[in-house]
Amino acid sequence: MTLLDRIDHDTVRASAARPTTDRLNRRGRLQPRDPRTPRRSTLVALVLAGATMLTLDGGAGALEPVRRAVGEVVGPVQTAVSTLARPITVVPEVLRTNGSLREEVDALREDNAALRQQVATSDYDRNRLEAYDGLTATAQEIGYALVPARVVGIGAAQSFSHTATIDAGSSSGIAPDMTVVNADGLVGRVLRVTSTTATVLLASDADSVVGGRVGDSMDVGFVSGSGDLGGHLDLELIDQGALPNRGDAVVTWGSDKGAPYVSGVPIGAVTAVYANLRDSSQRAEIEPFVDFGSLDVVGVVVPSGTASDRAVIEVDGSLQ
Amino acid sequence: MTWTKSLVAAALLLAALVLQTSVLTAFAWDGVVVNLVLLAVVALALTQSPQFAVVAGFAGGVLLDLAPPADHVAGRWTLALLLVAYVAARVRPDGRPSAAAVVGTVAACSFIGSSVFALTGALLGDLAADTGQVLEVIGIGLVLDVLLTPIVLPPLLALLARFRPDTRPLGRLGGGLRPAER
Repeated sequence: MTLLDRIDHDTVRASAARPTTDRLNRRGRLQPRDPRTPRRSTLVALVLAGATMLTLDGGAGALEPVRRAVGEVVGPVQTAVSTLARPITVVPEVLRTNGSLREEVDALREDNAALRQQVATSDYDRNRLEAYDGLTATAQEIGYALVPARVVGIGAAQSFSHTATIDAGSSSGIAPDMTVVNADGLVGRVLRVTSTTATVLLASDADSVVGGRVGDSMDVGFVSGSGDLGGHLDLELIDQGALPNRGDAVVTWGSDKGAPYVSGVPIGAVTAVYANLRDSSQRAEIEPFVDFGSLDVVGVVVPSGTASDRAVIEVDGSLQ
Repeated sequence: MTWTKSLVAAALLLAALVLQTSVLTAFAWDGVVVNLVLLAVVALALTQSPQFAVVAGFAGGVLLDLAPPADHVAGRWTLALLLVAYVAARVRPDGRPSAAAVVGTVAACSFIGSSVFALTGALLGDLAADTGQVLEVIGIGLVLDVLLTPIVLPPLLALLARFRPDTRPLGRLGGGLRPAER
């Protein structure tokens, strides 16, 4: 950046002495360079660099080491800033969870602001405690050891993908293709890790496909995200004649060696079933148990006895 | 001076990125967050030389592409923000831009940035959203960016106006002919 800028300076200075860098226009006159455009060579170089990035990353993912390097630097900053900003960022969260309650306490609204804020943060602390408790219960229910982590960054919808950064990485025993859950159910899977952070692909991402099993009938199918953060997931059953019932719970059926998804993690409940007349298959809408819009404490499923720099919640609920 | 300016610009882009991914997501509207990096690039383009602006746009795009939790094909935001910087530098008025000019530039740049990002995704088969979702996200993003402009841009422009010695000589050197006289 600096170098280019200085080159620009130098050229500008040089062109003051010899105005030959100005272009000849069609009429053969000297055309002064428009001061509002960058030098064409710079522009071409930058566009080519961008296009090269597209090719390198689009084909073989050759930029993975660079991504990791950037993550090693930016990840800890995200963790620190997210921790510092928590008193601010919990405000909408608290407003959301207390939405119904707030209507009932209209009469108390005249309470002074300081008191209300105190109540709000203590509420939040209680919620957090519940989240950790819930995680312990989850570890016991699904029968896997969990590394607890917090969400410190969420990808904006402008990027059209649903991803999140969590504040635990390879030094906590996390590796790509591990299942991420929270107290409510399946959150997603780990895409890549740095030493202190990991990137998680949420199950609501339009590219995410999870093997799902209808708990009631044991029918298997695929649950895909809709790309809508607060929206539903889609379940497509392999057995086209099978008809899931409304309210049936869907759990993961798991993959070989538990990667990327371990089995038996609750995903959501069936809310509607549509018959596709064209190929006579059934498509069901799943209301996810997890609220992807307000993720906070999550757990990453790790093999029991994993070496980690933080406490691992073991299957029996004990901390290791 | 150039070193200081570059460092300030780099720190600005990094701060914008971290705020955007870690703090402002709590205030997201339907998942859409204010594109602070884009606002920073526009501010740089409105105060610095076009040369500096496009390099800053490129750098901001690389950050958005590679920093976690990004998972799209890298290079998409790079090209989008490069174009944003070019356009903002191109339409920038002589002297201090008026409030309306700033808001207009931000609106146009937000639209261009999000659209180019979506278009490259569609071309590369990296876009999983349908047209309705894309338009909704672009629209909400534009509204958010414009809403945040009066809060974010004035202090940024004031800060960056301190680092503008190279813009004036460039303008003078532009051939002695001001655009209006041509």
